[in-house]
Amino acid sequence: MLLAGISLRVTPQLEGFGLGQYAKFAGDAFNWSVLWQTLMLGVKTVALTACIGVPLGLLFIEAPRRLQPLMLFVIVLPLLTSVVVRTFAWMVILGREGLVNNALLALGLIGAPLRLLHTELGLVVALSQIEMPLMLLPLISVMSRLDPNLKDASAALGAGRWRTLFRVTLPLSLPGLLAGCLLVFASSVTAFVSQTIIGGGRMVLMPFYLWQQATTLFNWPFAATIGMVLLVAVLAVVTTLNALGRRSRALVHG
Amino acid sequence: MARQSTAGDVSYRVVLGALSAVALLVLITPVVVVIITSFTDSRSLRFPPPALSLRWYRSLFDPVMSAQIHMAVWNSLVIAVCATTISVVLGTASALAIAGRRTWWALALDGLFMSPLILPTLAFGLAALMFFSTLGFPLSIPLMILGHVAVIVPFILRTTIASLSQLDRGLLDTSASLGAGAVYTFRRVTLPVIRPGILAGAFIAFMASLDNVSVSLFLAGPENDVLPIRMWSMLESTLDVRTAAVSGVLIFTTAVLLVVMDRVVGLTRRIS
Repeated sequence: MLLAGISLRVTPQLEGFGLGQYAKFAGDAFNWSVLWQTLMLGVKTVALTACIGVPLGLLFIEAPRRLQPLMLFVIVLPLLTSVVVRTFAWMVILGREGLVNNALLALGLIGAPLRLLHTELGLVVALSQIEMPLMLLPLISVMSRLDPNLKDASAALGAGRWRTLFRVTLPLSLPGLLAGCLLVFASSVTAFVSQTIIGGGRMVLMPFYLWQQATTLFNWPFAATIGMVLLVAVLAVVTTLNALGRRSRALVHG
Repeated sequence: MARQSTAGDVSYRVVLGALSAVALLVLITPVVVVIITSFTDSRSLRFPPPALSLRWYRSLFDPVMSAQIHMAVWNSLVIAVCATTISVVLGTASALAIAGRRTWWALALDGLFMSPLILPTLAFGLAALMFFSTLGFPLSIPLMILGHVAVIVPFILRTTIASLSQLDRGLLDTSASLGAGAVYTFRRVTLPVIRPGILAGAFIAFMASLDNVSVSLFLAGPENDVLPIRMWSMLESTLDVRTAAVSGVLIFTTAVLLVVMDRVVGLTRRIS
């Protein structure tokens, strides 16, 4: 299906003959900055989910067995709740009269409401929560398959908890972490709803740009070009991460 | 064996505990916030709400005031049910063909079917729009069902392939040597083993279709509006607090379905 889509995308361009649309895309610095911002958004979201996700994953495997199903429920529920609902939640949290602003005002930490909605910071934080389950699930599945004896062995050999974490647990969990990064990156880069609502109209990112060109300006060839550029960019990142994943697996098993 | 706890142990527990607490809080807070907001009395999204009431639920269930939303919900349900049914058939069939094979075409097909999980489906939505328009089809519900099938099949494929890997090939041979035909073996041996996998995948696929934006965004017209797109425009243009009530209903339904599916097929285990 996807291949059919790609081959199709050439047809509307053939009407104008050739790579003119790509030249147009490449010729305008604005387009490059949109692409760059979109990819950076993915990178920042991945970084934040990894920072918060890894400790939660560790906690999960060390938690008592009876608590694990409950924790999984907490992790999976947001995943299955509509993206629009999760985005809406962040509108309420980050809004002018939202949870964060009202809390800070009540504590007297700020004098006037901060602008959190329609900022990149707000978007990254919101996306991190929205995509968090995608990081946690592969991470947990790899972590819970680790042999607990390894940790005991490391402790018996005199390594402290920190040393065991950085020298044993984390390296062995790397395949799961990379799989999680991949999923989070891929979905945050294309998170149209969250980007348009929390990012707002001032922040133009690739998915919105594509949609705008296709449905309001009816410039299909250019929209298709944006789609292709986004597709190729994501594919490049995915391939790189996959290659890293293969190397990390070789490291674990070899 | 007495283990003395060192400064390192203590700091490890403190840091780990604190970060995990933040993560859990961040995961749960949005859901709680939405539920509380849905009972607000006010016209704005002030949090905490100034007073509680059921007014947004009342206006949401009002058949006249919320006719558009009701139609979008109905369309979404029809599309999700049809797309899931088609995907179950397609996904199970392809899983049976692909699972366990290491030939190049099986790997290629596997990659092709899984691509919607990773690659921007927005590009697929646009491609579908251009494809159908070039062929001269007007946008309609059946076209949206087709579009959804393409992006939700991977969920069924993934869980079904995982459960097929637990199927003992010896059982199939035994069944065949006892004189059972291929269809009989599938119905009495294969299907019972992979049924939980199919069900789990079907559930996730159903939710994914209900929630799909990237394909619907391009294929939905004014007469075949779907819920996520409707909600998106409710948030995007004028802030409509009924969205909170819709969200409340969605969260509640999802939570109940999740608990039920977890009891039936061990869903949470299968996702991870």
